[in-house]
This record gives sequence, C-alpha cells and structure tokens, in this order.
Amino acid sequence: MNDVILSRIAEALTWTGRYVERADATARILDAYLHRMLEDPWRDEDLACRSLYAILGVDAGPDPVDMQQVLDQLAFDARSTCSIEGALGAARLNARSAREAVSSAMWECLNATWHALADQRRAARRTGPYGYLELVRSRAALFFGLADSTMSRDDSWRFVVLGRSLERVDMTVRLLSVRVLDAAHAPDWPTLLSASGADEAYARVYGGFGDTPRVAEFLLLDRDFPRSALHALTTAEECLSALGRPRQDPARRPIGRLRTRLEYLDSPALEEQLPILLRDLQTACMASAEAVTERFFPHQGPVVWAQEGA
Amino acid sequence: MADIFDAYALADAWDEMFERPGEVRTAYEPVLAALQPIEPGELRFRADQMARAFTDRGVTYAFAGEERPWPLDLVPRILDALEWDFIQRGVSQRVRALEAYLADAYGPCRAFEDGVVPWRLLLGSAHFHRAAHGVEPPGGVRIHVAGIDLVRDEAGDFRVLEDNVRVPSGVSYVIENRRAMTRVFPSLFDGQHVVPVDGYPARLLAALRAAAPERTADPRVVVLTPGPSNAAYFEHALLARLMGVQLVEGHDLVCRGNRVWMRTTRGEVPVHVVYRRLDDDFLDPLHFRPDSVIGCPGIMSAAVAGNVTLANAVGNGVADDKLLYTYVPDLIRYYLSEEPILPNVESFRPDEPGQLEAVLDQIDRLVVKPVDGAGGQGIVIGPKADAKTLERTRRAVAADPRGFIAQRPVALSTSPTLAGERMAPRHIDLRPFAVNDGNDVWVLPGGLTRVALQEGNLIVNSSQGGGSKDTWVLAEGPAEGPARSADEGAPPAVAPRQLGPDGTPAGVQEGAQQQ
Repeated sequence: MNDVILSRIAEALTWTGRYVERADATARILDAYLHRMLEDPWRDEDLACRSLYAILGVDAGPDPVDMQQVLDQLAFDARSTCSIEGALGAARLNARSAREAVSSAMWECLNATWHALADQRRAARRTGPYGYLELVRSRAALFFGLADSTMSRDDSWRFVVLGRSLERVDMTVRLLSVRVLDAAHAPDWPTLLSASGADEAYARVYGGFGDTPRVAEFLLLDRDFPRSALHALTTAEECLSALGRPRQDPARRPIGRLRTRLEYLDSPALEEQLPILLRDLQTACMASAEAVTERFFPHQGPVVWAQEGA
Repeated sequence: MADIFDAYALADAWDEMFERPGEVRTAYEPVLAALQPIEPGELRFRADQMARAFTDRGVTYAFAGEERPWPLDLVPRILDALEWDFIQRGVSQRVRALEAYLADAYGPCRAFEDGVVPWRLLLGSAHFHRAAHGVEPPGGVRIHVAGIDLVRDEAGDFRVLEDNVRVPSGVSYVIENRRAMTRVFPSLFDGQHVVPVDGYPARLLAALRAAAPERTADPRVVVLTPGPSNAAYFEHALLARLMGVQLVEGHDLVCRGNRVWMRTTRGEVPVHVVYRRLDDDFLDPLHFRPDSVIGCPGIMSAAVAGNVTLANAVGNGVADDKLLYTYVPDLIRYYLSEEPILPNVESFRPDEPGQLEAVLDQIDRLVVKPVDGAGGQGIVIGPKADAKTLERTRRAVAADPRGFIAQRPVALSTSPTLAGERMAPRHIDLRPFAVNDGNDVWVLPGGLTRVALQEGNLIVNSSQGGGSKDTWVLAEGPAEGPARSADEGAPPAVAPRQLGPDGTPAGVQEGAQQQ
C-alpha cells in the first residue's frame, strides 16, 4: 500500500526534478551564449561570460573570464550544483535515494547519463562543447518524458513536477533579470529566446522578430508556452493544490498571488513594471520553495556524535 | 613539419587562400594557423560529425536517388570587408536593373522601343506570361528574392555567371552551414570577426509583409511548397519555421471570388502573401500547366485582381533567361544610368547575325549553355568535350540559335578542400542572396559557396555532386553601439541559487553542500 509518501522521498523527488531542469536550462543557456559569441563579430568575451555567471548566480571573481573557464565552472564542475555536471550528479544521487519511488527507466536514464558525461567532456576539450550540451539536453528531455509516461499521477509525480516548475520559473526570471537590470552585460533578445528554447514558438506567435517588450511578454505571460513564467507557475500551483490541504497554504500563496498578477497584467504596463515584477517573482519562488520544505519535509538537525572523553 | 597543406599544388586558377605556394592571403592567416596543426584523422572525424549532424537534422539532398547529408567542407571561404562591399553593391545594382527591366517588359516596353533589347527576346521567351502583363505589384517589387551566381576569374575579379530571379534556392544551406561550423569547429572562429547570417528570415518576412496588397492591416504570409518529396523541401520548412508562418501545399489553399483562403480547423482564413517555392508552370492549372496537381486553381486570377501577392512574381523568367543575361550590362546603363559594378563573363549570342558562325567555328574553345537550363544541365565545356559531343552541340546550336549562349571558359577560382587525407584545390563559385523590400535591396552577408568536388570539375551544382563551404564576410568594426569598456563594473547581482539535498547519505552531508 503506497498511499503515503515519506518526507525524505518527497524531498529527493522534488530536487531530482529541480536539478534535471537546472542542468537542462544551463545547457541551453550555455549553448545559446556560445553560439552568439561565435556569431557576433563584436563580442566582448569577458562581459558575456560575466553575464552568464550573473544569470546562474555564481561569483565570477575579479579577473577576466573566458569561455573555457565558464565551461569548467558552469558545465564540468562536479562539486557545484550550479553547474551541469554537479546538478546531474545531485539529481542522480537524489533519484537513487528515492529508488522505489521513481521508475527504473528514470533511474537508469539518469545513471547512464551520468556515466556518459565523462566521454563527452573529454570530446568537448577536443572539439568544443556542443556534443556535451546536446547530450545533456536530450537526456533531460528523455528523463521527463519517462517520468511523464511511467509515473502514476500521484503525489510522487507531483513533487517531481513541482520541483521542475519552480526551477523553470527561477531560470526564466534569471535570464530576464540580467537583461533588464543591465543592458551592457545582457544577452540580446534572440539569444535570450534560444536560451529559453522559445525561438520557434515565439516566431509562430509574433513572426521572427525579437524586440524588447514582446520577448519579455512572451517569456513571462504566454499561456501556451511551457517555459513561460505564467505557465510554469500555473503548473506549480496545480501541484501544490493537489498536495496541500489547508486553505491558507504558505507554499501556494506566494505563487498564486503572482500567477494572478501575471494573468491580469496589462501588456503596455509590463515594460515599466518589469524590474519590480522580476524581483517579486524571484522572491515568491524562493518563499514558496522554503515553505514547501518546511511543510512537507521538515528537517531535524543532523545527528552529531560526540566522542566520549573528547 | 608535415601538415595537411603540404602537398597543396595550386591549380591553374586564382586560389582563394594562397597568393603563391606557401604564401597565404591576409584574410586567411588565422584560419590556416588553426587548421595546420590538426591531424588528417581529426579532420576526418569532424567531417563525419558534421555529416551525422546534417543527417540527424534532415539537412540532406537527393543525389542519384538517395538521401545524402549536405556536403560541407571544413575550410571556410572568406571575403574581406572591401571585397564584400564591392560584391553587395554589384549584386544590389543587378537586382535593381532586373527589377526595372521586368517592370518595363510587363508595362511600357520602353527598352524594346528604344532598341536596347530586341523584341524577340521577350516575345520568344517561354517565360513571358500574358497574365503578368499589367499587374502592378505592391511596392513595385517582382523580385522579392534573388540569387546572383558569381565566379572569380583567373585575375581574381568577380564576374556574374547567371541571375536567378524566379525561385532561387540554397539560402537554408547558408544558415545551416554556419550553424554546423560554429558547433563542430568553434575554435576556427577564435579571434575572428565574422558577420552573422541569421538575420535573413526576419528580412525576408519584412519584405514579404511589405509586399502585401494594400488595405491589409495585418497581412498573412505563407510559404507554398510542392511538398515533402521536393528536393528543396527542407529549405521551405526551415524558412517557414524561422519566419513563424504556415507552410502550405497547393491543396491547403482555396480560391473563391478572386481571393485566396487556407483551410484550417477554425474555418477558412484569408491569405495575403504567398512566398511560392514552385515554378510558374505548376502554380495554377487554370492558367498554366493543366496537369499540375501541386498548384492552386485560381491563384493567378487572385494575383491579377490584386488580392494576393505572389513572391516572386509570375513571369520573372524573362529576366533570368541566359540570353537576356548578355544584355544586363546594357540594362544597368539604360535604366540606372550607372556603370556595371560586376562584369559579365564574355558571351556570344548565336541568334545574332554573324555571331552564329563565330560560335560554331570555335565551339571547342567555348562553353555552350542552353538558355533555359537549370542545375548545370546541358552545359558543354568545349575544351573538355570529345569530338562527338562537339559535333552534336554544333548541330543543336545551328538548329536553334535562340536556345543557346556561348561563353569564354572561366577557370573558376579554387579553394583548399579536404580530399581524402589532405587539402587539394577545388573550384568554387558564390551565390549571394538579395532581398528586395521595395525600399532597399539587402544582400545577405556571404552567400552560398559551392564546390566542385571532383578535381578539375567546373560544375558546382549540388545536383551534380557538388559540395559547399561556409562563407565568411569579415567585419570591419562595430557598426553601431557605443564602445563598451571592460571596467563598467560587475553585472547585477541576481540572487544565489537555492540548494537542496545533494543526495549524499546523511552524516557526510555536513559541509558537503558546495556553492
């Protein structure tokens, strides 16, 4: 009888979803940036790399940075969950600790991916990182596809999707934040679209032009595009409402509030409200994630063993 | 030190990379420096990667009845800023002149009255369509997209080989080649300033929207394709996708009351601009070939009535007939009062009195082309042909002088191309693509460089087993935007990432959570 789910397992599932999404989004952002750097004859490598660090919330340090360093730190660093390798490693270990809750196919997908990374990393040193990033993206898609087709729509499933959705909003907001707060370090709009995997979807809605207000509007407010903030928030809220019982759910409230704000936002007003809106989105996601932790997986402090006579 | 360029022997032509054996041209220095230390095996490996990537993405072409990955050579073709400026001015001039000629041919016919071009050239052209006469296209544009084929002769001068203003294809390969090169060979771009090519779809869409019939506030543009079995279907789909418009086949459209609609799940939706990728003959069974099943009956009447714009316009074939080609320099002088920037290849017109004999006499020293051929078909290269072929060609030209032109053979310039394990010179051409939006003829920086993969072969068409190269236009400097100094301070702080359990067993977890 599996009608309940251990807090520990729920936490592992949430973070598996989050970390795979993080690896996927990071790979897409790096790919879009790399491509833009090669294609833009007037690029300034140091500036572009700094904006990448800013998006991914990593400190760039005072010295000039180049793309190789970015890859070492944001793709190949197995010790940091802000890098692709670290995120996938953490996703794999989380999935392993929830082995009976995720399907075997999902676990094998993550495990095989983890083992395939080393080869691709070596190849990347030789011929560039494209193959590595491609592998990460296709395996992330495979992972969520397997989750979609092998997990029952029960609470375990909801935690995976909740993690993925929260990470998704966070990533979209990060991309836009760097663009909005500081044009000098920012990626151009087409890069931003391809970093969100939204270029073709956007072209279908607006024709192939990326201009400021419309790209921001698309990435925040589009109802149909799965990586838009509104879409991901709606999904997260659905998961929470199915998981939660109390009406005043502290995890759901910040998200629901922002979702309604986005739903009824005037497009013309979007541009001037953007900085505040992005900040509020970030805050809401963090608050919600913290409330989820508090409510569903409350932590005991780690047990510390004292050596007798120490 | 042995390297892949070691045995590179210059052919009897202008070489794009080397001025003299061992002396590299300035624009190519960084690329040569990047390529030289690479082992042949490594190059093969990358070439295979490229082929696999193309196969996976469906960037293929049909050759001898099978799907082959689009062949892209690893050595780019480079044009410096000065060369490019010259080419794009020349191409744009050519398009403007042909545009003027079409407006004239389907309107007042001044050039014929003034004797610049003989009447028979128009009236004897298979592409002259009465239906197009008197149609006033919006913005005066009939050539929304042009592909002008250039070659570089022995002296290093660019010359026009032919004009394509009907349904020029190949631009998708320009976009895909660049994409593949930046992904498979990123190190080649180090420290280079190569002008991007990804602005094409936006330009094309803007031109197509500008060409919509007046009175439409928000025109709907579609790409009309013959369907998935067409050799260029990949390109049709790519352009539709990048422009974010529908890709339609003939039977998706329906004409009623001289208007064009498309059948959708939400009923019929009006269409205003059709970027059609099929020839005039197949466009409308009511007007042209009645056996065409890939067109849309009635679309021509809708265009004549001014309710839909066809791009490119019907009847453009009178302007890229190879015989008309020989008159284009005169047309530039006549319509634009300018001197031609890009010269033609020296040509003969067998249908002019006196020239037929000259052509027949020295047919073994000329290149003979059917005026209507496409894809390099029917071309006879005199110096390389055997007696039997020459005799057959001689008879064909004598029987139908209007059907052929003859040209002085140009030794196309060569570019180092990977052949087996090393570099060898192969002949190349260049097809820049121009988009005319009515105000301005924009030329996509670079274009499609095609390579004849067989040694000594002068025909570069992919239908004849040719390959291609990524074409780089080097930028001079930032076109706009203030210079940014590196000490503008750090980018804004975005909140740090949230961290969760990293899955390591409890107990080891203390301090294991790294930022």
